[in-house]
Amino acid sequence: MAYLDHAATTPMLPESLDAYVTAARDIGNPSSLHAAGRSARRQVEESRERIAAVLGARPSEVIFTSGGTESDNLATKGIFFARRDADPRRNRLVASAVEHHAVLDSVDWLAARESAIADWLPVDSSCRVNPGDLAALIDEHGAEIAVISVQWANNEVGAVQPIAELAGLAAAAGIPFHTDAVQAVGQIPVDFAASGAAALTLTGHKLGGPVGVGALLLGRDVQATPLLHGGGQERDVRSGTLDTPGVVAFAVAVEAAVKAQHEYAARVSALRNDLVQRICAAIPDAIYNGDPVHRLPGNAHFSFPGCEGDALLLLLDANGIACSTGSACSAGVAQPSHVLMAMGADHDRARSSLRFTLGHTSTEAETDQLMAALPAAVERARRATAWKTPRP
Amino acid sequence: MSGGVDSAVAAARAREAGHDVTGVHLALSRNPQTYRTGARGCCTLEDSRDARRAADVIGIPFYVWDMAEQFHESVVDDFVNEYAAGRTPNPCLRCNEKIKFAAVLDRAIALGFDAVVTGHHARLGADGLLRRSVDLAKDQSYVLAVLTREQLDRAVFPLGDSTKAQVREEAAERGLAVADKPDSNDICFIADGDTKGFLADRLGSAPGDIVDGRTGAVLGQHDGAYAYTIGQRKGLDLRVPAPDGRPRYVLSITPKTNTVTVGPREDLAVDTVTATRPIWHSETTPVECEVQLRAHGEVVPATVAVEGGEFTARLGSPARGVAAGQAIVAYRPDPAGDIVLGSATITAGVAAEPVPSHSA
Repeated sequence: MAYLDHAATTPMLPESLDAYVTAARDIGNPSSLHAAGRSARRQVEESRERIAAVLGARPSEVIFTSGGTESDNLATKGIFFARRDADPRRNRLVASAVEHHAVLDSVDWLAARESAIADWLPVDSSCRVNPGDLAALIDEHGAEIAVISVQWANNEVGAVQPIAELAGLAAAAGIPFHTDAVQAVGQIPVDFAASGAAALTLTGHKLGGPVGVGALLLGRDVQATPLLHGGGQERDVRSGTLDTPGVVAFAVAVEAAVKAQHEYAARVSALRNDLVQRICAAIPDAIYNGDPVHRLPGNAHFSFPGCEGDALLLLLDANGIACSTGSACSAGVAQPSHVLMAMGADHDRARSSLRFTLGHTSTEAETDQLMAALPAAVERARRATAWKTPRP
Repeated sequence: MSGGVDSAVAAARAREAGHDVTGVHLALSRNPQTYRTGARGCCTLEDSRDARRAADVIGIPFYVWDMAEQFHESVVDDFVNEYAAGRTPNPCLRCNEKIKFAAVLDRAIALGFDAVVTGHHARLGADGLLRRSVDLAKDQSYVLAVLTREQLDRAVFPLGDSTKAQVREEAAERGLAVADKPDSNDICFIADGDTKGFLADRLGSAPGDIVDGRTGAVLGQHDGAYAYTIGQRKGLDLRVPAPDGRPRYVLSITPKTNTVTVGPREDLAVDTVTATRPIWHSETTPVECEVQLRAHGEVVPATVAVEGGEFTARLGSPARGVAAGQAIVAYRPDPAGDIVLGSATITAGVAAEPVPSHSA
């Protein structure tokens, strides 16, 4: 099988899996007072320190969660509630139009349920936010903005946003800035303190750790109203028994991925660049979406005019190649990607997209396998588009 | 794969026969919640999950194909337009004609597949003839008779030799969780089963007269002729009883004058049926055969002639409740399963003996 869907989830690193299994054999709730509890607590706190150390955060700023979706929800809703409670004028949220649904739908929910006002930052045709747009919004509505959320890198087309600039504008206005860095950590350099962000989301299974564990890096002075109530385990912002083996394995993966990031990016981007060249040569009218420079190393996202992405996916799947249409599913029905639409693509181009994402296990044999199947699949998918032609 | 038991067993049998099978569930609504909820339809998230689980158990790939746009245009809009035109459509037939064995088939062929397998209860053997299922109560040849030779050549119906009970039993043996799932009987895109309400939402209120077919007297008012079906007796809500006290039936619907015409049961009887858009398989006409005039309806002997795009059936015995828009399907009785000779869309039924008629 050629696995070209690392942005969906990437295999666990062997050292992370080993750490998980070892920790899972131990007993102990980190909140218990006895020796077993203290041992579990020690493992959790060491993990917290390891993550903090490689991401430029303080250990107390690491809040363990169940993953990216929870962290995004906590950051957008939690910070919004806390800030509006402190000053009722703060009833606005700012987010980019290309956020993951975990942010997008949280903002929409706040608008619908809490009468919040949502301001969406547009992106250009390569999926990048213009800091000038944020500056203008802050000029106009600064006192009313509760929180700003812009992803570090886009999950579909891999565009990397000018986070330091955006976070700097927010900080200068005293507005907390959250960034969803789920796709960025381990792929490109990420330093929480240096970024100027108030909150940062990351998750285990996108960087070689387990599914179901992640973190929100939350600045010490940033208030967030809890969404999960209970034992208050994580700084009274997040409740729930800590998943010791998950946290341990997550920390091992974060540390390994961040330390290997430089060599990883060099190797994977070379493989990706080669793949992009081959695709462009084999299918000359293919459109390479996203920003060619400010881009995740493993991301190759294309539109194949005249094709439907899900037809291509089916044909490649039948050839043992795993990739993604990169769009959200409900009942398995592909909706045209909001990311492509925000980039100015029309409906047909959005529907014709396919995402290939490389990762730490990717090899040239896999990209060879793709190139052996892709041209014929594109040709066939183009013929299949004729099925839409209405019958008399 | 609708998520029901029939298509699951059909897929399993096709796989077992050595074919390279891929499961496809059709998403027929952009917003699945707007159509049927519950386990009896074919368009819900739950049905999609059931179909996916069946594909897992059978061991075949599974995809959801978005056919919402085509379904809406070819089936739902057609359904509403047909009622608006005073006809009685059959949406399942239309779905077979325009979606399953057209849009889906075309796409599948283009993607490299050879045929579409469905869980319909009908037989289609090596002789290429479409026949009734062995299970006459579940037979679906009526809604498949609209298929052309080319469509039938790309269709596979693995269930025609089994009864529904046998299919359920086999599903249980195969470990398919849908073995006990209730049958879907109603129109899948009308969530609450309220066809009248569904049409009223789309066609609005259009009050008109209900008139006596013999005297022309206005007997009452209706709120939209689309709510009536030929042969309907209940729900006429007529304040004036018939002089002889016998029940009255809907005889005809005239969209032009927005009139619903009613009369006694005997005035429903027709002995000639005319139909259009025939699909006819080889046999020369006129031919002595049997015709069926609605889904699960009675079968009557007839002489059928097909000529120049027109289909005429002279019935051996009068039929009642013949509604324009329904299909007329011709069968030749056969011990190995009655054979579909062809079909057409009913345009009119001609009364057995002309009744003293009021000219509108």
